[in-house]
Amino acid sequence: MNCIIIDDEATARAVIEQLCSQVEDLNVLEMFPNAIQAIKYLNQNSVDLIFLDIHMPDFTGFDFIETLKNPPKIILTTSDANFAIQAFEYDCIVDYLVKPILLPRFEKAIQKAKSTKSNPTVDTSIDKVETTSGNDLYVNIDRRLIKIDIPSIYLVEAKGDYINVKTEDKNYTVHSTLKKIEDKLPDNLFLKVHRSYIINIQKIIDIEDNSVLIKKDVIPVSRSNRPELMKRLNLL
Amino acid sequence: MKETPNLNYIQKLSGGDKSFHDKLLGIIKMEFPQEVEVYQMNLRLKKFELAADNVHKLKHKISILGLEESYQIAEDYENGLREQELVLEQEFGNILLNISEFLNTI
Repeated sequence: MNCIIIDDEATARAVIEQLCSQVEDLNVLEMFPNAIQAIKYLNQNSVDLIFLDIHMPDFTGFDFIETLKNPPKIILTTSDANFAIQAFEYDCIVDYLVKPILLPRFEKAIQKAKSTKSNPTVDTSIDKVETTSGNDLYVNIDRRLIKIDIPSIYLVEAKGDYINVKTEDKNYTVHSTLKKIEDKLPDNLFLKVHRSYIINIQKIIDIEDNSVLIKKDVIPVSRSNRPELMKRLNLL
Repeated sequence: MKETPNLNYIQKLSGGDKSFHDKLLGIIKMEFPQEVEVYQMNLRLKKFELAADNVHKLKHKISILGLEESYQIAEDYENGLREQELVLEQEFGNILLNISEFLNTI
């Protein structure tokens, strides 16, 4: 089995790599300190198994899984057993290892991965914001246009060369810019509140000083954008 | 009584492979102070959610070094930080100091 390791902690990557070296027929192809680098890699390469840390800054393990259309088998690695229930929502997750990982438990996870039916290919949702049609926005995902219901988008955040489009149901990582998607979104619903964030103003839960709470995300509001945000609100 | 860090897990993991044993210790010695520094900075700036994430990350090293009671304190502290609760700050600071001192001796 060919695998990759995604963990922002160098110690954890070294530990998992060592554990892999003690299991027959398990090759570590690459290790990544963040999910974005892994997505780029998976866009060009296929793997059988991913060891994935859940708790990473900016882009969590679950965010990462959401970007994979046909994910390979995934073994979650975490210091927090509380995510276990959420893990079972994903068919691709074959096991869940709590750090520090011991070899017997690790071997058991590999056995599970080997005995689970595999997905045919790895498909990552990285490409471009294409076009809009009424209430829909289409993003190009591996040469397929995927429809996103615009009103369901509550947040768009810039992540380097990518944008993360968060909707009620799913997150999409798209190779595009905030400027491009801003042009596609209706002005009456969306507002750029910071150089890295566009929010759906109908989804705001509350506003405090220079930040807005939108779903579970606390988003900074830059000083220059605050007057426009306040103007848009239906203040009592 | 203060717990003493140990290398049992690392020794078990290396299975006699001295080069891996030394490599892992080198990584921990390099990464631990960096993580502590980021944690302390976030705490100073009252970025408690980020500080909690830093504690979360540090928990792995605490467990690798066999500090079971300290791990529980770190877990409680992490949860507290997410509620802006800092009762265990000093106790967690002592754990970090304990690890730092240990890493300096090996």
